[in-house]
Amino acid sequence: MTEEIIIAGFGGQGVLSMGKILAYSGIMQNMEVSWMPSYGPEMRGGTANVTVILSEEKVSSPILHDFDTAIILNQQSMDKFEQSVKSGGLLLYDGNGITRHPERKDINVFRIDAAEESSKMSSTKTFNMIVLGAFLKIKPIVELENVIAGLKKSLPKRHHHLIAVNEEGIKRGMQVVRELQKAK
Amino acid sequence: MSELKLMKGNEAVAEAAIRAGADAYFGYPITPQSEVLEYLMSEQPEKRTGMIVLQAESEVAAINMVYGAAGTGKRVMTSSSSPGISLKQEGISYIAGAELPCLIVNVVRGGPGLGTIQPSQADYFQSTKGGGHGDYRLIVLAPASVQEMSDFVKLGFELAFKYRNPVLMLSDGVIGQMMEKVELFDQQPRLDYFDPAWTTTGKTDDRGRNIITSLDLDPYLMEKHNQMLQAKYRKIEELEVRVEEIMIEDAEYIFVAYGSSARISQKAVELARAKGIKAGLLRPKTLFPFPKRIISELADRVKGFLSVEMSAGQMVEDVRLAVNGKVWVEHFGRYGGVVHSPNEVLDALENLIEKK
Repeated sequence: MTEEIIIAGFGGQGVLSMGKILAYSGIMQNMEVSWMPSYGPEMRGGTANVTVILSEEKVSSPILHDFDTAIILNQQSMDKFEQSVKSGGLLLYDGNGITRHPERKDINVFRIDAAEESSKMSSTKTFNMIVLGAFLKIKPIVELENVIAGLKKSLPKRHHHLIAVNEEGIKRGMQVVRELQKAK
Repeated sequence: MSELKLMKGNEAVAEAAIRAGADAYFGYPITPQSEVLEYLMSEQPEKRTGMIVLQAESEVAAINMVYGAAGTGKRVMTSSSSPGISLKQEGISYIAGAELPCLIVNVVRGGPGLGTIQPSQADYFQSTKGGGHGDYRLIVLAPASVQEMSDFVKLGFELAFKYRNPVLMLSDGVIGQMMEKVELFDQQPRLDYFDPAWTTTGKTDDRGRNIITSLDLDPYLMEKHNQMLQAKYRKIEELEVRVEEIMIEDAEYIFVAYGSSARISQKAVELARAKGIKAGLLRPKTLFPFPKRIISELADRVKGFLSVEMSAGQMVEDVRLAVNGKVWVEHFGRYGGVVHSPNEVLDALENLIEKK
């Protein structure tokens, strides 16, 4: 099993840390992982993206052209990465601020209104965990317990009291994700 | 027990430096390698091993601190990215001339000039052909994973002391910034023995003065010194070549690539094989010494070579020299900070197969 994922959105949405938690979860499950961020001026106020690969085999290229899954969190990223999903692959997006919805018919499309859901929770910082939960509901490539273990590993100790609310976010995401389209 | 961690390549370099028992790091921040210095500063290795970490006032100062400290026989290093490494070249030439061991890490970004902060591999010539003045060589290691960013720090110090020669680790923005699983090696002790034959640790009554210099005004003595250096470089060429071979046994076409381009080319090999094209990958782990003999022998049985690097074509010259006209050798690469994808690499090979 190899899952090649791109997560793309605005800097500050927690794109990179969501990727990091996913990568740590993979390690907890004895998988091979790679995490390759866009870095530099892109991150400051602009778009941020990260390529995460989880695999049973050793990962060859950390740089990819097309992906099994694209997790898209703003319009610029939709424009840039909709075409990068493999045929039959998954596009998961947050509808907040999206004016042009996915148009391809050969991919599976799911929607998660994470921005809206996070505003109903105790902390809007759960945004990226709601998205992660949605992804794991569609593709349960890592077990929830390993995600929690991954969270513990990637968060500094002083933030460990936030694990419970993050877990809550993941579970909320799993509940509210919606399927819009099956690949033709 | 070794420890398993998820780390950035740059962080792995820093942690490995502490664990390799380095005595000192001197550096100056520059993207995309600043995490080396940041990690060292936050880790406070002076409390763990007594290792000194110092942010110098400039790259020029940092490399001269390395020069001075290396003269005392200490295990010392610096790191930077392309424009910063250019600034260090005078010092590197002096260190090579004075035959001192040290480790220099270059996390390459796009050039020329201030260039860009995105990944590149356009410092191959500078690293392998002598970026400073004079007839000298660095031992050049090319890590292709976060694991090797850690392992090659240890190897680099070993080789630097074995040959009393500066070792350069030629990485790039991809390997420096990406996170992977890394198995950290156990903590090594810092040095407590300093070879009295050359180190400047204070003269004792039973020996003459040790003088560290790269200057000799007598050209005949300088020629002799150069001959000795050349003999050392030939010995390194004979003994220290390291490569990784992937799917090479039945290959008809060989990608030659190092660092992140090797990872990307490995994926291109997988894609090519799925299409029935017999491609393989030769990945030099050492760029000096370059695997000339291995490539020359491969040239007797394959149809062609594609050198893949994020440059306008630098290593391809060494591949051509090794192949010596036996079969075709071409170059492919995006550059100036653009990273090629595995699909682009495969397309380049397919176009060549069709054309040749």
